[in-house]
Amino acid sequence: MKSHKELELISNQLRIDIIKAISRAKSGHPGGSLSAIDIIVYLFFNEINRTKDNAFSPDRDRFILSKGHGVPALYAVFAKLGLISYEELMNLRVLGSRTQGHPSYLDLPYVESSTGSLGQGLSVGIGIAIAGKLDKKNYNVYTMIGDGEMQEGQIWEALLSAPKFKLDNLCVILDYNKSQIDGYVKDVMNLEPIKEKLIAFRWNVIEINGHKFNEIEKAINIFKQTKEKPTFVIAHTIKGKGVSFMEDNVEWHGKAPNEEETKLALQELQKLLESNG
Amino acid sequence: MGKSTRLAFGETLALLGEQYPNIVVLDADLSKSTMSNLFAKKFPDRFFEMGIQEANMIGISAGLALSGKIPYACSFACFITGRYDTIRVSVAYNKANVRIIGTHAGIGIGEDGTTQMGLEDISLMRSLPNFNVCQPCDEIETRELIKYSVNHVGPMYIRLTRQNLDKIFDENYKYEFGKGVQLTDGNDAVIFATGALVSEAFKASKILKNKGINLRVINIHTIKPIDKEIIIKSAQECKLIFTAEDHNIIGGLGTAVAEVLCENYPSRIIRIGLPDVFGESGTPEALYKKYGFDSESLARKIESHLKEEKQ
Ligand SMILES: Cc1ncc(C[n+]2csc(CCOP(=O)(O)OP(=O)(O)O)c2C)c(N)n1
Repeated sequence: MKSHKELELISNQLRIDIIKAISRAKSGHPGGSLSAIDIIVYLFFNEINRTKDNAFSPDRDRFILSKGHGVPALYAVFAKLGLISYEELMNLRVLGSRTQGHPSYLDLPYVESSTGSLGQGLSVGIGIAIAGKLDKKNYNVYTMIGDGEMQEGQIWEALLSAPKFKLDNLCVILDYNKSQIDGYVKDVMNLEPIKEKLIAFRWNVIEINGHKFNEIEKAINIFKQTKEKPTFVIAHTIKGKGVSFMEDNVEWHGKAPNEEETKLALQELQKLLESNG
Repeated sequence: MGKSTRLAFGETLALLGEQYPNIVVLDADLSKSTMSNLFAKKFPDRFFEMGIQEANMIGISAGLALSGKIPYACSFACFITGRYDTIRVSVAYNKANVRIIGTHAGIGIGEDGTTQMGLEDISLMRSLPNFNVCQPCDEIETRELIKYSVNHVGPMYIRLTRQNLDKIFDENYKYEFGKGVQLTDGNDAVIFATGALVSEAFKASKILKNKGINLRVINIHTIKPIDKEIIIKSAQECKLIFTAEDHNIIGGLGTAVAEVLCENYPSRIIRIGLPDVFGESGTPEALYKKYGFDSESLARKIESHLKEEKQ
């Protein structure tokens, strides 16, 4: 268990790694990686407690990044945990690397499922959760989806089905950063009112700030105490969080910073890190 | 270097919008990538942003087509043809006049990797009754194909590239739906190529010419219905037959050519495509080299097969 202060420090270190990796690859998705990193850090360090030794244990908690384009955040966590090397992280998207542009299960099984075509990871998560019930396992399944991704029909099929199977071992986290590629979610295809919809779908719904570790922790604790129902965490986040010129700027969805922009971003993140002490 | 075929598509569609008030365009949160945003800017009332909902977009396009509109439904090739049963029933079985635009074809997209690459789309769309399948090889051909597509009757699948492509044609090019286009003369070997690999094959013919090998290059922009005549004729006149496409080796152009020849002029065909694998991340150049799609690899392969034949 790490203190929230320690988690913050790790997150901000990993923000630097994310920017470096995407910048080196000259392509990738900074916005949705930076909005997701705090939640992924919390889960891997304080909840899932993944190590190299338990990485394939049948009893492990699972995390599926359904919004697969945010995978630099996941690879950064894997590198921090020693599941992959730092060099592999920095070889993001390079020919022959396990750190493919989107999660590839056969290349790197730690990702739990290949994703990158939006809308699919949640259903796979439901399957793993059902298997856990069948096998009387105690593991939990966490799936992170994007708000743009939530427009996919398959997501709503999944949302309809998980309560039917009473999957209290399933926790969906919505990285609600309010934007996608063509613009803000509310303009492209509004999801609101999300909370009411999910309550009507019979989910246990929790709304939090996805950059505050105490709120993430509280949500996960409520999830673990809730029986007979799956949990849906609406995590309000900021796309590009941590780099001022990327924050809430649609332009930074899927573009690598150039040399100058990388320098600026890293300077800002370095300052943030220093303020963490 | 010319434009990408997606850009030529977007520009042409934005022009055609004036002349044809029945054109409507739909996109699923990729309008900046498919270049349908050029139409959206000019004709916001006839552009429908669906969000990330490819299946819904296809169904709505079918409804629009059944009501007399000419919809262009746009996304990456992998995502849009991934909604196969919707295309099959709502579009193909209805013979709805939908144009399905699949961009980011093949491993040529590079770093994004497998899940964003259209690698099986030709195969899928080719096996749907009522569907036509087209893949232009440069910006001029794209422009002419898109102009043609407005008045075409029935569903069409149009496959476009992310990457820029060499210009093969000039302003005088006369596009003819369903007809292969012979780009170079030669009887030593023939290569049927489509899309991005046409310019690679064309460059390969120049490399081979310097070695005294005459390669006939044929651009197949309409994969269905395929131009049987040009395929049979070239098979009869050339010593060796090759096909080349940035697509899985199964079900694409190579298969289509094989289908024609096995029934009409049984011949050995050497198919070049992805060897039934998923592709991967890498720069487009590195990937083309690895899978033998670049002009040098093509030339080397053709030369070595010709040597083998002689022995
Ligand atoms: C099925 C599918 N359609 C389209 C895409 C292309 N795409 C990649 S990311 C993205 C936007 C995702 O937005 P969101 O889910 O909100 O992610 P975030 O903002 O967190 O990055 C789109 C449309 C895709 N990956 N999969």
